[in-house]
Amino acid sequence: MSWWETVRSGLAAIRAHRLRSALTVLGIVIGISSVILTVGLGQGAQREVEEQIDALGSNLLIVSPGSSTSGAGVRGGFGSASTLTLADAAAIADPEVVPDAAAVAPAATSSVSLVNGATNWTTSLVGTTPPWLDVRGRELSAGRFFTRAEAAEGAAVAVIGADTASELFGRLSPVGQQVTVDGTRVTIIGVLASSGASASGTSEDDVAVVPVGTASRLTGSTSTAVSTIYVEARSETTLAAAYQEVEALLATRHGVTTAEADFSIATQDSLVETANETNRTFTVLLGGVAGISLLVGGIGVMNIMLVSVTERVREIGLRKALGATPRVIRRQFLVEASLLGLTGGIVGVLVGIVGAQALPRFIDQAVAVSLLATTAALATALALGVGFGVYPATRAARLTPIDALRSE
Amino acid sequence: MSALIELSGVRKTYRSGAVEFEALRGVDASVGVGEYVAVIGPSGSGKSTLMNLLGCLDVPTEGHYVLAGEDTAALDEAALAVIRNRRIGFVFQQFHLLASMPAWRNVELPLVYAGVPRAERRERAVAALTRVGLADRVDHRPGELSGGQQQRVAVARALVTEPDLLLADEPTGNLDSGSTREVLGLLDELHAAGRTIVLITHEPDVAARAQRNLVIDDGLITVDRPTAAGATR
Repeated sequence: MSWWETVRSGLAAIRAHRLRSALTVLGIVIGISSVILTVGLGQGAQREVEEQIDALGSNLLIVSPGSSTSGAGVRGGFGSASTLTLADAAAIADPEVVPDAAAVAPAATSSVSLVNGATNWTTSLVGTTPPWLDVRGRELSAGRFFTRAEAAEGAAVAVIGADTASELFGRLSPVGQQVTVDGTRVTIIGVLASSGASASGTSEDDVAVVPVGTASRLTGSTSTAVSTIYVEARSETTLAAAYQEVEALLATRHGVTTAEADFSIATQDSLVETANETNRTFTVLLGGVAGISLLVGGIGVMNIMLVSVTERVREIGLRKALGATPRVIRRQFLVEASLLGLTGGIVGVLVGIVGAQALPRFIDQAVAVSLLATTAALATALALGVGFGVYPATRAARLTPIDALRSE
Repeated sequence: MSALIELSGVRKTYRSGAVEFEALRGVDASVGVGEYVAVIGPSGSGKSTLMNLLGCLDVPTEGHYVLAGEDTAALDEAALAVIRNRRIGFVFQQFHLLASMPAWRNVELPLVYAGVPRAERRERAVAALTRVGLADRVDHRPGELSGGQQQRVAVARALVTEPDLLLADEPTGNLDSGSTREVLGLLDELHAAGRTIVLITHEPDVAARAQRNLVIDDGLITVDRPTAAGATR
């Protein structure tokens, strides 16, 4: 009996029990599509994070304040202390002390309301120095960035993000316009090109960048603390050297050893690593749940095949009497189980792909369907059919024709 | 007349736990090519066991069964399946037709396992159905046929491979008198055309249609005699 013949007879048997076959296949469909979707969600999230971190620039060191310890011994999270100051940034910028730093930009972040006539828009205010533009790898779509002179005198000028610009000015060009911040007039001198990505979850396109002195004036703060110091290394190869120089300098300045540092330095790689670790945990967890549902689907196939063998004992006996060898009978049931598995796999992949297209419309998360995951899912479905079909098929093959023919 | 079937010292013992039961206790018999033989005996006489052995559905515990020159005692299940496919055509009391398939598909089944190409299978299945007088029922499913017609489909299935032996196990057991006449008439015709037929029955008037009767009782063949039908030939 040829393979094609066997497949045809398997299809006929599946068609003879349509509802039952459909329900069996459904178990596999749910398993396969949920594996594809969860793996796709994980990979989509991972890719997004990688893109965002890539956008930061690869030679970047990000220095953040360490955790603060309150009097009661309660430790806050990273960044809760204000141990980094403008003076720290100035010290890192000294080429004698940190020769591998190409540029340094401190950033003091706070929240302010910008007012243009009747329009009031709350955005994050970044007080920084001119190197910020290069260090962060940003570009201007209109106007210019502020100069060292403007930075030094704390000029009332601001460069705003693309989203901020459209919120405040609509389609009008914001360059040369004025906005009011807490009663102080600030002139918009430039607009940042859209970066479209964010490492922190807040949009990098909704921001107002001003000289650091201006920022303190606008917020009425007297503190010289900064929330981040961005350090750009001369090249990727000197990134490690720059890391050590910055770490040693800040430890000396703060009077601590590097082991008890009150600051932390992150590189792009370490950010990617951390983000991926979190993502991987979720992907493995969700994938595991999906995998279990796939397993349950496989057990469903076995269940139905066993029922099918029991139900068709007489048919099996007759086929054997007419000349079917045990091998042919085993093959027939294996092919039937594989067809159920494969059908479930194909439908599951289709549902998964459609779901991957539809899901981003409902949740703000990209879903990446990889060829590898799809192929693996199909192979798994087929393997499930074969694997869980072996036992029922062997049972069918072992039936003796006499007993099978005599059963009622 | 050359022998198609040769049984010598055939014993069959069934064992269930500590209990042993000897269904056949040393059977010697032979059936020649072209013979029409009926095996008769009451239930429990070993008739069914003999039928299973003759049909290569089982092998003897002791002794030898030579079918068309081949000793079946040493064969494994797969080899027995091939012998069944090539040499034996079965007709069962319960017809054993597959309800989901039309008549011609039921008839072509043995050819599927023999590896015959599709087009030829259909042709031979239709020819066999024509031979049993069902040319106009080729596409009917078993449920749409009368009992007699169903058994004729089963006979067509048994004939389609042109086997050496037609083995009929109580072929009229589930049929009314009209259908019984129909099927027995068909067997007579096949015999007249040169087929070797072994028929197993417990009904004397069915057995009387054969040429020769073997009476089996308590695991032994007690009588081997030609019938009136055989004698007048």
